[in-house]
Amino acid sequence: MTGHEQYAEDLALYALGSLQGDERVNLEKHLDSCSSCRQELEALRGDGALLALAATGPKPPQRSRKRLMDAIAKEPRGSSVPAPARHFNLWAFFGWAAAIGMFLVVIQLRRQNTSLQIAVNSLGSVVGSQTIELENARRVVDTLTAPEAQTVTLVAGKTPPQPQGKAFYLRNRSGLVFVANNLAPLPPDKIYELWLIPPDGKPIAAGLFKPDARGNASVINPPGIPAGVEAKTFAVTLEAANGPHDAPHGTGVMAGGV
Amino acid sequence: MSSSDPKGTPPDSQLVSAIRAGDQNAMAALYDRYSPIVYSVALRVLGDTGAAEDVLQDVFMQLWRNPSAFDSSRGSLGAWLAVIARNRAIDALRKRRPENDIEDIVISVETDLASEADRARSAQKVRGILGSMPAAQRSTLEMAYFEGLTHTEIAAKTGEPLGTIKTRIRAGLTTLRKAFQE
Repeated sequence: MTGHEQYAEDLALYALGSLQGDERVNLEKHLDSCSSCRQELEALRGDGALLALAATGPKPPQRSRKRLMDAIAKEPRGSSVPAPARHFNLWAFFGWAAAIGMFLVVIQLRRQNTSLQIAVNSLGSVVGSQTIELENARRVVDTLTAPEAQTVTLVAGKTPPQPQGKAFYLRNRSGLVFVANNLAPLPPDKIYELWLIPPDGKPIAAGLFKPDARGNASVINPPGIPAGVEAKTFAVTLEAANGPHDAPHGTGVMAGGV
Repeated sequence: MSSSDPKGTPPDSQLVSAIRAGDQNAMAALYDRYSPIVYSVALRVLGDTGAAEDVLQDVFMQLWRNPSAFDSSRGSLGAWLAVIARNRAIDALRKRRPENDIEDIVISVETDLASEADRARSAQKVRGILGSMPAAQRSTLEMAYFEGLTHTEIAAKTGEPLGTIKTRIRAGLTTLRKAFQE
């Protein structure tokens, strides 16, 4: 535990799912903004996993193995699986907040489009502009919600706090949404760059970005990704701010395979 | 963390990668490796073999559907599966919807459970540590972990102050951690 001793006992209870009520709500609020307590929570869950080893019993019956293998044979990789109900977490919050936000944008843009078309034909150019935004919003929503969208978590080494990134990639529409947190502050002459690496290994630049004061950053539908390109890996590098940015020259920050 | 079996069987990370590619044999290998842990935890919580088999099925289907949810940089796959099994079993015991998606379960543990010898050695160590704890502390920890009781429920059941329950749980987990760091 590094500081925040006042949360130590609540964290232990939370790790076991035994903390309820206001204490749980308050702790979850604190966890949203405290990486050291999140790390301690992970460690406490690890301690709980050790506790699980105290459970000894008979091996599962052979029929359980057959049941599982029959089930996965009926559900080959890539088949659509209904997502279970999820409870609050930061990534889910990002994803759903973005999706809901974009959905509202879509509704608003649709209303505006209808109004403009009926009222003034001369505003066609404005409608055209709105349509582009609408299409962009649709791509974001599709990328976040389509069953075939690939979700990749990018992680770095064990230096706390852990930088983490998540890429949502919809290949057939070149839709890419990337969000990251716990990023280290940038030196003045540096910038982060996201790369999409196809199977041929030649990285495709997928956007430059800077984290905010809390280490959060995002890249949404960067231009320049060829339609239909397959992604094998996503990676983030630290590059010189003044370029060049057509290929990675700097140091690797994190990467994740599809 | 190697997570490899001394007999030369593939490490967990390699099997998880194969599962991502849809390799059913890799799934069978991981099932053979970790189903005893998962089943034992579920059975200990639920006390019913049929219900424990359902949890076992659910945990491995979750892994099949979403192998990327496991973050290999944070530790052992066996420990991660044990935590998911325990949480799912508690959810089943309390007849509630799953409280956490498996992607939300991030744990950090260095103990390698990939080989049968590792698992047996660690299990023996945990039982030894629990056996050496004061009875009240061990009982409190087990009520929280294997019965899924909240600290207020434990306090009501034992008649102990809430603060005492909190302290015992934290101290119990700390004792376990220190013993495995030695």
